[in-house]
Amino acid sequence: MNAPLEYLLHLADNAVVLGQRNAEWCGHGPILEEDIALSNVSLDHIGQARLLYQLAAARMGEGATEDRLAYFRDAAEFRNYTLLELPHHGPLVGYAVAERDYATTIVRNFLYAALMVLVWEALEQGSDPDLAAIAAKAVKETRYHLHHAADWVVRFGDGTDESHARAQAALDHLLPYTEEFWTPSPAETAAAACGAAPLLADLRSAWDAQVDATLAAATLRRPQEPAYVPEGKLGRHSEHLSYLLGEMQSLARAHPGAVW
Amino acid sequence: MNTPALKEWPLWEVFVRSKQGLEHKHCGSLHAADAAQALHMARDVYTRRQEGVSIWVVPSAAITASNPDEKGELFDPAADKIYRHPTFYAIPDEVGHM
Repeated sequence: MNAPLEYLLHLADNAVVLGQRNAEWCGHGPILEEDIALSNVSLDHIGQARLLYQLAAARMGEGATEDRLAYFRDAAEFRNYTLLELPHHGPLVGYAVAERDYATTIVRNFLYAALMVLVWEALEQGSDPDLAAIAAKAVKETRYHLHHAADWVVRFGDGTDESHARAQAALDHLLPYTEEFWTPSPAETAAAACGAAPLLADLRSAWDAQVDATLAAATLRRPQEPAYVPEGKLGRHSEHLSYLLGEMQSLARAHPGAVW
Repeated sequence: MNTPALKEWPLWEVFVRSKQGLEHKHCGSLHAADAAQALHMARDVYTRRQEGVSIWVVPSAAITASNPDEKGELFDPAADKIYRHPTFYAIPDEVGHM
């Protein structure tokens, strides 16, 4: 049974927004080797987004295309987690002047990849055969993303005083946003009801175990989750998403229908 | 904690075996903090276009290289000994790949 379109867009928007956000590092990575590694992660995400948008567009019909879905929807129509649209630095930092902080980048990738390994594994067994095929490809990529990010979380946390402090600050800033993972949206509930997707609540203990094990190895302290739950997947975003989309969509909107 | 910051990461030589290849071939070098990270980096830097199915990394400092100044005495004496090439007889089929 097919997953609801809203659910496909949620998965696709997650992938394209994080792919675009991490692509900001392309050519600016901390060292050449890591610059290439993170660009590879971005390209995996954009590849996942394309497959999901293509599937959603094919099911929508009426002239929908992957490009229309990625480039001609506005921020309120995006269904990604708020966590993924945040800039690469801590809270309350002026947007234009802030330097990107690689610990923030890595901690976000870690928290998200730890979830998505579990989500893709479940989707691979789900009732939507097209989505299961995408999941089978994406899960391998995402296992590597998790490996890559967890490795750096441990190196930062159990590294120098400065790297530890930065990793802890990033964790304190970002972990509360993961509350959004565990509050189901109507699209997620509908996808689980038709057997296409997992109930997120069922994944939580495995996610907690992964996060706690890595944080322990990294000598990092897990902050308390606050009561506030972000609602990016319902279309209610932070102020950061429209800037990100403004950059990502500008070319396609200036030259509609342009091809290479 | 209180680990001193490593300002210069050591250099590693990367060897990749392709799908059809029988041996790992040297394909370049990179900087990484340790062997495990060097393997990750090698995956990302040198196997992005399906170049390989296996990777070795070796600390560059562990390689002892011949001296370019000794090129003449090391290699030139072999130049006129073409009989060392196994091209003067037929290899039986049973031998297979050599």
